[in-house]
This record gives sequence, structure tokens and C-alpha cells, in this order.
Amino acid sequence: MKFEKYEWVAIAIMVSLFIFVGFIQGWSVSLVILNMCIISAIMTMGVNISWGYAGVINFGVMGFLAMGGLAAVIVSYPPITESWKAGGTGIGVSFILLVILVTAVMYINKTVTDKRNRYIFNSIFIIFGILVIRHFYLDATESIEDVNPAIAGFLGGLGLPIIFSWIVGGFFAAGVAFIIGKVALGLRSDYLAIVTLGISEIVVSVLKHEEWLSRGVKNVIGLKRPVPYEINLQNTDWFINLITYLNSSKLNNIVDVSDRQQVLNNLIIDGSGIFVKLSYAVLFLIVMFIIFYFANKAQLSPWGRMMRAIRDNETAANAMGKDVVKQHLIIFVIGAAIVGVAGAMLVTLDGLFTPSGYRPLRFTFIIWIMVIVGGSGNNLGAIFGGFIIWFSWIEAAPLTTFIINQLTAGLEPTNAFKLHLLDSVPYFRYLFMGLILLLILRYRPKGIIPEKVRHS
Amino acid sequence: MIDFLNSIIVLLNFIIIPGITYGSQLAIGALGVTFVYAILRFANFAHGEIMSFGAMITILFTWFFQSQNIGLGILPTALIALPIGIVATIILCIISDKFVFQYYRYQKSVPVVLAMVSIGVMFVINAIIRIIIGTETIKFSDGQKFIMKAKQFKVMTGLNEGLALKSSQVITILITIALLTFTFWFLQKTKTGKSMRAFSDNEDLALLSGINPDRVVFITWVIVGVLACVAGTLYGLDKSYKPIIYLNLVLPIFASAIVGGIGSPFGAVVGGYVIAFSEIMVTYAYKKFFVYILPSSLEPSGLVQLLSTDYKFAVSFSILVIVLLIRPSGIFKGRVL
Repeated sequence: MKFEKYEWVAIAIMVSLFIFVGFIQGWSVSLVILNMCIISAIMTMGVNISWGYAGVINFGVMGFLAMGGLAAVIVSYPPITESWKAGGTGIGVSFILLVILVTAVMYINKTVTDKRNRYIFNSIFIIFGILVIRHFYLDATESIEDVNPAIAGFLGGLGLPIIFSWIVGGFFAAGVAFIIGKVALGLRSDYLAIVTLGISEIVVSVLKHEEWLSRGVKNVIGLKRPVPYEINLQNTDWFINLITYLNSSKLNNIVDVSDRQQVLNNLIIDGSGIFVKLSYAVLFLIVMFIIFYFANKAQLSPWGRMMRAIRDNETAANAMGKDVVKQHLIIFVIGAAIVGVAGAMLVTLDGLFTPSGYRPLRFTFIIWIMVIVGGSGNNLGAIFGGFIIWFSWIEAAPLTTFIINQLTAGLEPTNAFKLHLLDSVPYFRYLFMGLILLLILRYRPKGIIPEKVRHS
Repeated sequence: MIDFLNSIIVLLNFIIIPGITYGSQLAIGALGVTFVYAILRFANFAHGEIMSFGAMITILFTWFFQSQNIGLGILPTALIALPIGIVATIILCIISDKFVFQYYRYQKSVPVVLAMVSIGVMFVINAIIRIIIGTETIKFSDGQKFIMKAKQFKVMTGLNEGLALKSSQVITILITIALLTFTFWFLQKTKTGKSMRAFSDNEDLALLSGINPDRVVFITWVIVGVLACVAGTLYGLDKSYKPIIYLNLVLPIFASAIVGGIGSPFGAVVGGYVIAFSEIMVTYAYKKFFVYILPSSLEPSGLVQLLSTDYKFAVSFSILVIVLLIRPSGIFKGRVL
């Protein structure tokens, strides 16, 4: 694809930001921010596909991220056989019963035409079914949670490499999105926002409290990495040789052997950290480019044109014979799947899964600010928004400290007002986010890199 | 007979009184959301933070009055500070309208854009609150804590079960009754109220008959400010004030407004109580109740609890989804969305 001039400027800004931070605050900090920026960019692309292409609002970002995170746990954590023995059958039986119940309800919905009878049958079946399922389910979960609760207490996972979870996470999120879409799509957009926000809260609270599945608030730690560990790198010959080669001029200047060894050791420790972060960045960048490539292809395809038509005029698209409801569902599920991939990547990067860490302010609203600021309907804009907003979210604190110190330079260091302001530095980032969003919505409502209007 | 009375007391103490209290708080909150929805026609995500702001100002002045030794005796000092909080909240609402929402109203933006804008406002107010008061949990209720303690009740009636009545609960219920009566009287009987209803019903017709839209919007924000500040303060007085809670409270409030029928003030109030009671009833363990009411041979072995209390917040969204599926216009036909 071809970029316009201003798009090249945007790319240049993104790259130079990280080089700048690399020189000022160190390359390690720069790479940490870069990794999160890439993940944010992928989330933003996911939301942008449903909102920017088709105008389907998705405020359930947090829930889909959490589903991706769950996928990372289930794929990579080694299976806990004792838990399976203790409660596996119970969980299996309740799952089969649940499937039967859902089929029964769907069957009733299809066959019983009278509205009142349908409600009565449905409620009888659902209440009775839930009581039966509870009987098996509660026993099973209790016995699973009793297995070695200090380190296990859940079913564990499949023990596969965590990188597979990026795909599985997409499918998990897509599954949840399919159910949500079936229930809620078709509502007016601001209404849909509230409903998806609510359902994402339900998803997170299930993950928080179903300990047999996700270990709940006890968190899952020590997930295996897709990249080497620092400590292993420090003892590998080729890595030591690489570092020695890269810094040969600096090392040759030191004459004393023990001094030289000391400097080399420090360089290796620093270098291993940077190497690990760099490998993450490379993996993430690959995923980002793949998604970016296909998202752009899709946008330029006839399917993308149909989506724009549906967004701009639903009635007209419907009149042309396009199944609006079905297409809305498809694009909602695709968007959610991409967010799920990002969720799995997020847990991979952290190496731990903390269900209580999923908060709407951080994982839904910030992502939406990224979409709006970057420019809805433009994938490069989405990436740009993800980078810029995450960057300012992180760099807001040092910047605020600097500004406060400048403004209150005349005050004494023990001044209560000054101390209070310095204490509340972490909260200024919310102020910045709000102001950025309001300013963009006011003066550049299409975002920094707006959607390109094509006449072809 | 005694057993029956005991079981009633159990229900009163653990379900009905907490339900009415929490329901009142939700109802006033949902009423505010409904006003914005009916007149200004967007979902105001910032409403929780406006409530929080009002509660914060009230707390700051409560501290000031406490330091000056001004108090109401057995009643909490927050009641004197409440009017100041209300004024501050109204000013906040008017400022946010003048600087932010007004522009989009004149542009005739679609509701989603206004909802996004309200998210921006939410972030800004959120930051202001955190910068001023921090994120700590604050208890600011003083005066007499209980009107009736469980022990007193047991001694008084000779029953096994106690009935505790917190003064914050009684204050909540009384203020709610007063506020709701006033609001509905205002909407039904006064000329301004009628013009607001007309504006909500059909904007073009209202403009045609000479209703000043700016005035209607102004009055709406005043009412929203009053309702938000009172709801926020009452919630903080009853539980405790914690800035982070109010963001979570937005969703049950939206659920109440939608369940009752969005755009319908009466529906919002009913929706508040529906949500509050279902949250409490679904997560309450009924064992004690059944122990009293059933013969001993039938006594339940488990807790007789439908869902664990962990899912309290999830219940309100589930009800929201169920209502949307069965009756999208809400219990009292609001606007069909």
C-alpha cells in the first residue's frame, strides 16, 4: 500500500519518540514502552475494525482481553492431574448438561410459537436445569479448589508453548463475542455500549471468582516465556561473544583484566535484559504487521466497501440486499478476536494472569481514546493512536513532576500544597487523557490520521 | 407464630431495609441519568463521577464544619455540608455543559459522539477528584450511628432475631422520599416542568411553541446536579466514600434507568429498586429464613444461596440483558431504542 506524506510523518514521529526515550531514559525503558505500545496498537486495531469499518460499538474490550489472558493460562500452564482426578468428571458432566440445556432452550424457542407458553417453558427448563447442574458443579469445583490450594487449586492448562495461545485467545474472545453479539447487536449504538460494558464486567467477575478455571484472585504466576530467560542468556557462549564483539572497542581500552571482566559482566547483564525485550518486540511487531496487512486488505476489498456502506447508510445497504444483522455480527466477532489476541500477548509479556487487574478505565476507555485520537477507520491511525496514547500515559508522570516542580519552584520544599501536588502526580495522567480526548473530539473529530475517502 | 415473626425480622433486617436503602441511592442516581437522557439525549458516562464530585465537596465541608465544632448533634454533620455540595455540583454541571456539551448540542451530533465526550468529561472529573482528595476510603458519617441496635430490639420484643436500623438508612429513605416527591411535583405541576416534558417528548414541537431550549437545558443540569450530589453523598454516608466505587456504580445506575424504561423518570425510580432488590435477593443465603419457617424435618442443609455474593454486580447486568431480550423498552415503556 502507499502512504501519504503526513502518514510518513506520523511513522517518523513514532520511531523518533522511542529513539529519544532510548537516549534520555535508557534503551530498556524505551523497549518496555514499545512493547506495550505494540500491544495497545493491536487492541486499537481490533476496536477500529468494528467501529471504524462498520460503526459497531464495542465497549467490551476489557472482557475480550481477559478471555485472551485466560487462553494464555489454559494453553501454557502445565496440567494438574490431581485436580482433574478430583473434579474432572463433575466438570465434564455439568458441561454436557449445560449443552443439553442450551439445546433444549433453543429447541423450545424454535418449536413453541405462542409467546407466553415459550416464556413459561423456558423459565421452567432453565431453573430446573440450573438446579441440576449446580448439584454436580459445586461438588466438583469445591474438590478442585481443595487440591493443594497454596500453589494449585485449579485445573491447570495443556502445557503447550504459550505462543499458541495468541491464536486460541482470538478464538476464545470470538466465542464470547458471538454470544454477546447474538444478544445485544441491533440495539442503538449508545445502548449497545452500555450493554457490552456490562457484559465485559460479567466476564471479568466470572474469571475473578471461578477459581477452578482461572485460579481467580489468587492469580496465575510463572507462565512460560516464548523467549529465552535472562539468566540462561548470561551463561550462553554465543551471547557473551556477541556482547564482547559489540563492545570490543570499549573493552580493548581497559588494560586491567579483572576490571575488564567486571565491565563485561555488567554489559552482559544489561544486554540480556535488552535482548529479551527486543525479542518480545520482534514477535509482537510480526503479529502487528500481519494484522495490519490483512486489515488493510479487507478494508480495500469489496467486503470492506460493503461494511462502509452499512456504516454510512444501514437502510440503503439493506435495500441492496446486504444482510446487515449478519455482517454486524461478523465484524463484531472479528474485532473482538483481534482484541483477544492482544489479551493473550499481554499476559505473555507479563508472565502472569491477574483477573482483578482488569479494570474498565484502564482496559476499555483508554483503548477507546486511542481509537478516537488515532482516527477511526484508518488502520495506520489506530496504530498511531495506540502508540501516542500509551506513550503519553507512561510519560505523563515524569512530565507532570517536571511541570509541578517548575511551577512551584518559588515555594519551599516542605510546602504542604507542593507536597500534595507531588503526591498526586499519578492521577494527572487521567486529566491528560480526558483533555486529549475532549480536544480531539472538538477540533479534529475524525482523529489525527483520518480515514481516507476513496473515489474509485 | 414466634418462628414466623422471627423469619419476617430476618427478611426485614437482611433484605428489605438494605434493599430499600440501596434502591433509593440507585433510584436517585438513575433519575439523574434519565433526565440527561430525556432532555439532552445521550448516555452520560460521567454521571458516576459527578456523584463522586458532589460527595467529595460535601466531605471537604463536613471536615471544615467538624473542625469548627459545628454539628447537628445526633444527625451527621454532612447534612449541613450537603447544600454547599449541591451548589458546587450544579456549578460543575453547568461548566461542563458550557465548555463541552453545548458545542455538540448546537452541532446536532449523534448520541454516540456525545457519549464519547462524556467519557472525556468522566476522565477529567475523575482526575480532579483524585488530585484533590486521593484514593483512600473515607468514612465521614458522625453523630449517632444506630437508631436501633439489634440487641435493643431483642430485649424490647423478646424475639430471637435482632433488627438493626442505621441512622444513615433512615436518612437515605427520608431524603429520597422528599426529593422524589419534589421532582415529580415539579415535573407534573409547574410550568417549567411541563415545558421540560414537552421538550423531551417532541423537541421540534416544543421549540415551535416558544419553549426556550437553553433554559430547559439549564434547569435540567440544575436538577441533575442536585440529584447526583444527593445520591453520591447518601451512598458515601451509608457505605463509605471511595472514589473508585463510583465508576463501578455507573453500570447498576444505567441498568436501573434502562430496566425501568429509559427516558421515563418513574421507570428509573422503579428500576433502581428492582436492581437493588434483585442484587440482594439473588445473593442472600436464605438458610436462616428457612430454618424458622419450615418444620425441623425439612430444614435445608446448604446455605440456600442462588449465587455467591461475589457476583453482586454481575446480577444487575444480567437483569439488564434479560430485560433487553424480553422487553426492550423497559418495564414502563420508555423510548423504544
